[in-house]
Amino acid sequence: MVPLSSYLIVGAALFSIGVVGLYLNRKNVITILMCIELILLAVNINFVAFSHFLNDLGGQVFVFFVLTIAASEVAVGLAILTAFYRLRRSIDVQDINSLQG
Amino acid sequence: MLEPLFFNLFGGLAILAATLVVVSRNPMHSVMWLIFCFFNSAGLFFLLGAEFIGIITILVYVGAVMVLFVFVIILLDVNIARMRAGFVKSLPIGGLMALMLFIEMAAAGVSGVFSSATMGQAVQFGQEVNNTAEIGKELYTRYLLGFELAAVILLAALVGAVVLTLRSRKDANYQDIAAQVAVKKRDRLRKVRM
Repeated sequence: MVPLSSYLIVGAALFSIGVVGLYLNRKNVITILMCIELILLAVNINFVAFSHFLNDLGGQVFVFFVLTIAASEVAVGLAILTAFYRLRRSIDVQDINSLQG
Repeated sequence: MLEPLFFNLFGGLAILAATLVVVSRNPMHSVMWLIFCFFNSAGLFFLLGAEFIGIITILVYVGAVMVLFVFVIILLDVNIARMRAGFVKSLPIGGLMALMLFIEMAAAGVSGVFSSATMGQAVQFGQEVNNTAEIGKELYTRYLLGFELAAVILLAALVGAVVLTLRSRKDANYQDIAAQVAVKKRDRLRKVRM
């Protein structure tokens, strides 16, 4: 029997790797999106683990919602990326400054 | 019991694959490692008795989202060397950040608040309980509003992605049906006196 804390440790490890990936690959939009996927995956693992150990299916339903949001976020993000590439011939984060932010 | 063995296998490989996603030089390799990571976490979901979520993870993430990533990486000509500038320089700070974050979260996980003594024992259901059917019952009764909102969000993302990437080519011969219907007799017919 694997205890809940083991699953929480796996989730924590995936979350930290995702956050650090955001920091290390901050020049590459595609890798940033992939690191966000990793973070959401860590959240999903925590949700399913708690759902199993609390005998409550609500956690698994929320994983379903997280998946929906992740899919729409990636679709819109990559669409913005292709539109920007068509405009500037580059997807470097340093070139994304047209809004003067 | 084989469960701890499989947990160590899936969990270890998922963490290894996630690390390789972050440190890979080529974005295509990152995508492949992320697919591997999703397969291993689907294995973890199967161990937790969440078959529906495991299958959905493989279908949606690997089958749709990662294929989208692969297409975008193929279509865009990415300058990898410029992307990687400053990676090694920020590695010590990033590694320290990761370690601190992991220690904090793992400490919360193993602190005993979530031990089996305080949370009761997990029930391993047999073959007669259908995970997918149970999720369906929950989703269409208690979480019906959320389910419909998720559908609206997906529709909005679909329309948004199409609108963002759609462009009409100037040299293509499109049929303008409204103009064809609205045409008058005098636009087409001309009497010529011979």
